[in-house]
Amino acid sequence: MATPAPPLRVAGRALARLRRSGRLEPWVYLAPALVVLGALLAYPLYQLVLVSFYDYRQPQVTGAEPLRFSGWANYRTLLADPQFWEVLGNTVVFAGACVTGTLAVGGCLAVLATRLSAWVRTLLFLAALGAWATPAVTGSAVWLFLFDPSLGPVNQALAGLGMTGFEGHSWTYTKWSAFGLVLSQVVWCSFPFVMVTLYAGIRSIPGEVIEAARLDGASTGRIALSVMLPMLRPAMVIVTIQSIIWDFKIFTQIYIMTGGGGIAGQNLVLNVYAYQQAFASGQYGLGSAIGVVTTALLLAISLVYLRVLRRQGEVL
Amino acid sequence: MRYRRPIRAGALLGLAVLLAACAPAQTDSAESGADSMEGTLRVWLFSEVDQEPKEKVVDEAVAEFEAAHEDVTVEVQYIPVDSRAERFQGAFNDPSSAPDVAEYGNTDLAGYVEAGGFADISDELAEWKPYDRISDDVAATARVDGGTYGVPWFLGVRALFYRTDVFADLGIDTPQTLDEVVEAGRTVREEKPDMLGLSSGGAYTYGFLPFVWAHGGDIAEKKQGSYTAAVDSPESKAGLELYSQVLSEDVCPPQTCAQMTGNESVQNFIAGKAAMTIGGNFNLNAVDASEVAEDTAVIPLPGTEPGSVAPAFAGGNNLGVLAGTDHRTLSVEFTQLLAGKKYQQRMYEAMGNLPTLGDVQSDAAAADEEIGPFVETLESGTRFVPVTGAWAAIDAEGVLPTMVQRVSSGDASVDAAAAEAADSLDESFGGE
Repeated sequence: MATPAPPLRVAGRALARLRRSGRLEPWVYLAPALVVLGALLAYPLYQLVLVSFYDYRQPQVTGAEPLRFSGWANYRTLLADPQFWEVLGNTVVFAGACVTGTLAVGGCLAVLATRLSAWVRTLLFLAALGAWATPAVTGSAVWLFLFDPSLGPVNQALAGLGMTGFEGHSWTYTKWSAFGLVLSQVVWCSFPFVMVTLYAGIRSIPGEVIEAARLDGASTGRIALSVMLPMLRPAMVIVTIQSIIWDFKIFTQIYIMTGGGGIAGQNLVLNVYAYQQAFASGQYGLGSAIGVVTTALLLAISLVYLRVLRRQGEVL
Repeated sequence: MRYRRPIRAGALLGLAVLLAACAPAQTDSAESGADSMEGTLRVWLFSEVDQEPKEKVVDEAVAEFEAAHEDVTVEVQYIPVDSRAERFQGAFNDPSSAPDVAEYGNTDLAGYVEAGGFADISDELAEWKPYDRISDDVAATARVDGGTYGVPWFLGVRALFYRTDVFADLGIDTPQTLDEVVEAGRTVREEKPDMLGLSSGGAYTYGFLPFVWAHGGDIAEKKQGSYTAAVDSPESKAGLELYSQVLSEDVCPPQTCAQMTGNESVQNFIAGKAAMTIGGNFNLNAVDASEVAEDTAVIPLPGTEPGSVAPAFAGGNNLGVLAGTDHRTLSVEFTQLLAGKKYQQRMYEAMGNLPTLGDVQSDAAAADEEIGPFVETLESGTRFVPVTGAWAAIDAEGVLPTMVQRVSSGDASVDAAAAEAADSLDESFGGE
């Protein structure tokens, strides 16, 4: 090219090339979603990361003290704090148990639903939808009441059955009993999603496939393992990742049922811990660092999970 | 693949520039300097469990103020105590949605002042006569580093509530020392296993602190302008040791009591499930309205020696003027009206809150003998938490409740728990 083309023409040509190759069209369709995601996700995330590198507490927010870029100081404080590691451990174990529990209950009920008569199934779905529709705050308060040491029907029933040890028994006193109580509430309010999704998944498996397997002499267990489960994998992936993400960042249930983290902070999980640091004690920088770590962990877990699935040959 | 490197370097550089160029948002805290004498005066007060009497008194004050100032409307908003931290942070971050006058808990003040949220009104108060009638101990709860950021509006002081019928039944004498209080609790629980000896929970900081103060200990000491933890001093540990005896099977079983806050501790007493509790003057109305009213007596919480009083926490609420207000004169005037003699008296009658003005206090004590033990406690000297912005974090992280709970659950010895708490306190003080 002897003379450089004017920039506009270059841009126009590039656009034309894109259009010819059909690469522009998807972006046009994606644009609205990208704009919304950019505004609602990327920008806050950017701010979160930014704040985590500053000494940013209440006096800095109101401008009473100057802002100071503190580099990795917030992260160093966090990683050196034994409480953070304990909280992280709590979160991983607790979220793992919640995911397992939710998948097990939801999966079993989904299978059960395919074998029930229509109206019993409707009843089951209505009950599940009720649990699903209950706000976490209300649900937590109701469970707390059910398990109240002296007034709760659970303790009264247990004591009435002759187990007098449960009179005045506090379910939130020891660490694992408190986690167990919260776990049951979490499973109760999140199994419906798993159940409905898996039920739809099971129903979408063509009857011919199962019939063919049966004709080939496969047992029911064999069919479930080798035919239905692989075909359910896309649905399983979605419910598992969703559950991991939900349960890893649980807040409401722990905050309400253990009174903001339990006795001596024994029931703290990452999100409640971040809230305590960021908002209750006004250390936004440190709180943001916890947020960034949580986000990174969740991304890592999801990626590893997807990777493992892909290696098993499933195209998603 | 060679061309990748410059791209990556460029991206990193771009990121660095982005990070350096944009800093997190800061509010421009330059005060407007305006001092308008008309318009709307916004006031934040705390909502109460039984709010109607408070609202009635405040409405009267508002009517009086509006009658005296043409073109001024007073808009009162009641905010919940539990979410006050978020509310006030929001107000400081966005002055346009902030009130002009606000009621605040005195332990929160140091943090608010550090954030530049409240105005120093020392000059205006110097010319306000009634201010002299507030005792130094109490006035100090509105002072930070030499500035005065409000007028103490009312106090909450705690004393020992006990059941006269239970004590008479079991032949227990009125306790003269803290040890005897714990001993009495033990006797009650032994004879009446379905009752709590002394209902005072593990999360009840202001029930626990008098034990520490009575033994000569403290949360922290101020040396050369900065605080150092003192919860691990031998005196403080003696207090913690005695309090951990309360939180044990033979007085107040940890299963029930470890998580209890002050309010819950008193609720047990009101429900007739406890022989003693540490309650505030603000609990009197509820106790009077309960079934145990006839059988309740109140004495100052005894100290370590017979005849002494365990220093109580000088809790209470102040009225202050926000730094960002553009109605400064009006705000100060409204604060003085509401914290003045007339409305302190009304508030006392309506809510049972202990007045801060000396003359209103003695009038109240003379007219109502119920308030006597509280005024006596107040007069024998009160204590306060460290005046530092770090207190908000210490409180939110539950450093002191954690220490008490770890001892009561047997997870840690008194020495170990106190040492941990001291470390965590020092970290917070140092992080300023």
